[in-house]
Amino acid sequence: MEAKKTPLYDQHVELGGKIVDFAGYLLPIQYPTGILTEHRAVREAAGIFDVSHMGEVILSGPNALADLNRIMANDFSKLRIGRMRYTPMCYDDGGTVDDLVVARTADNDWFLVVNASNKEKDIAWIKEHVSPDTEVKDVSESMGVLALQGPNAQAIMERLADAALLPKGLFRFSTDVEVKCDGTEPVKCLISQSGYTGEHGYELYCPTEDTVRLWNMILAAGEDLGLIPCGLGARDTLRLEAGLPLYGNELTAEITPLEAGLSWTIRFDKEDGFIGAAAMQERYAAAPRNLVALKVSGRGIVRPEQNLLIGDTQVGVTLSGTMSPTLGYAIATALVTVPVAEVEQASADGTLAVDVRGRKIGVEVTELPFYKRG
Amino acid sequence: MSSNLKYSKTHEWVDFIAPDRVRVGLSDHAQESMGDLVFVTLPEVGQEVSVGDVVGDVESVKAVSDLYSPVSGVVVAVNEELEDRPELINEEPYSAWLFEIDQVTEQAELLDQAAYEAFCEEEG
Repeated sequence: MEAKKTPLYDQHVELGGKIVDFAGYLLPIQYPTGILTEHRAVREAAGIFDVSHMGEVILSGPNALADLNRIMANDFSKLRIGRMRYTPMCYDDGGTVDDLVVARTADNDWFLVVNASNKEKDIAWIKEHVSPDTEVKDVSESMGVLALQGPNAQAIMERLADAALLPKGLFRFSTDVEVKCDGTEPVKCLISQSGYTGEHGYELYCPTEDTVRLWNMILAAGEDLGLIPCGLGARDTLRLEAGLPLYGNELTAEITPLEAGLSWTIRFDKEDGFIGAAAMQERYAAAPRNLVALKVSGRGIVRPEQNLLIGDTQVGVTLSGTMSPTLGYAIATALVTVPVAEVEQASADGTLAVDVRGRKIGVEVTELPFYKRG
Repeated sequence: MSSNLKYSKTHEWVDFIAPDRVRVGLSDHAQESMGDLVFVTLPEVGQEVSVGDVVGDVESVKAVSDLYSPVSGVVVAVNEELEDRPELINEEPYSAWLFEIDQVTEQAELLDQAAYEAFCEEEG
């Protein structure tokens, strides 16, 4: 299948972005500024990302809430209008279909944001499991999505929109917010306070045809506040520092959210249960695997799918790994098949290592998130 | 960039600083395509190497790439400064040399600048 272009493709090319095919979309891995500079901009000032590849799905109907509660691991019964919640979605065997955000836009209307790579299978899975009267609508093609992230994100948005209308609080959102600068036609957006970087910031959903205008408006408004466009490379280093899972790495069809350390998003106490609940608990009881966070103490960078060793014995495999630009050392996540206490003991003894292309690099167990904003 | 430089098809530049001694670095094209470099592993001084041997690696945030020896000989110097400041390779790829090999007995197919540029173009 030919890779798709987001509404901002020409802007990425014009800005000198290094374009790659990501989940079927042509997107910049970085701009000429480079991943380290883009990463730093988000931690210290602001960065803007084109995330139009994300999929958006609307669920509506009187049974949509009950459907969501049955299909998703998290509980939406008490979610108020104007709030959103993160949740895994699981197969019958407890493995993960996707991780997504569910926003409540009205009593019986829900707005779901899913990973681009999983969109088709998500929609098929949801359609297969909703009540006959629940409508499932893919609205991805009608929307552009931007993520404005960093300590200066709020100041930038306040230059472009009525401050009173901006969401106040993590995972809250406002609809129909007019974003404009002097003398321009406003762009109507759904704006959420959310993101994938560990920083304060917003995600803006607008009509496809307004995406370029919105992008240019925000870039111009943020220029003197250190705002720069950022690519997928920085998005990945930022999310890993913040300890946020990435589907395909920390979560897959083979890895349950329980194993991935997401128990805070799984509500086993829901009245009618949810798909995959029993299976993931049984799997965890029979052969527990756990996610651990690793700080690389030796020289080098641990990458995904490398073996974690205690001495010469394999005890797990890495899921993500990168240089942490903020911390100045390499970080990784791994799924371990022995008790975490054993891994921690090896960490303390200095016998925990990762086989990096035939070379053992020492690692230590640490806490998630690797980075927390002050 | 010096027009006396030769280039390997594995993207090292090679400067013959004496008839049988070379200084080796990473080409501008290679550093550009890798992006910000954050780690460099260099060979050991005294190490005997042959054409095509993996003698180290360079790592960017996103990827790792092997360093190959473009000649056979003995490693006589390495640029240790790069271990603390790998970004020098991004900033000045033709000053930030990686290692020197003496007693060169054999060399890989080396391209002049024009041929190397054509090769990079072809490689995409």
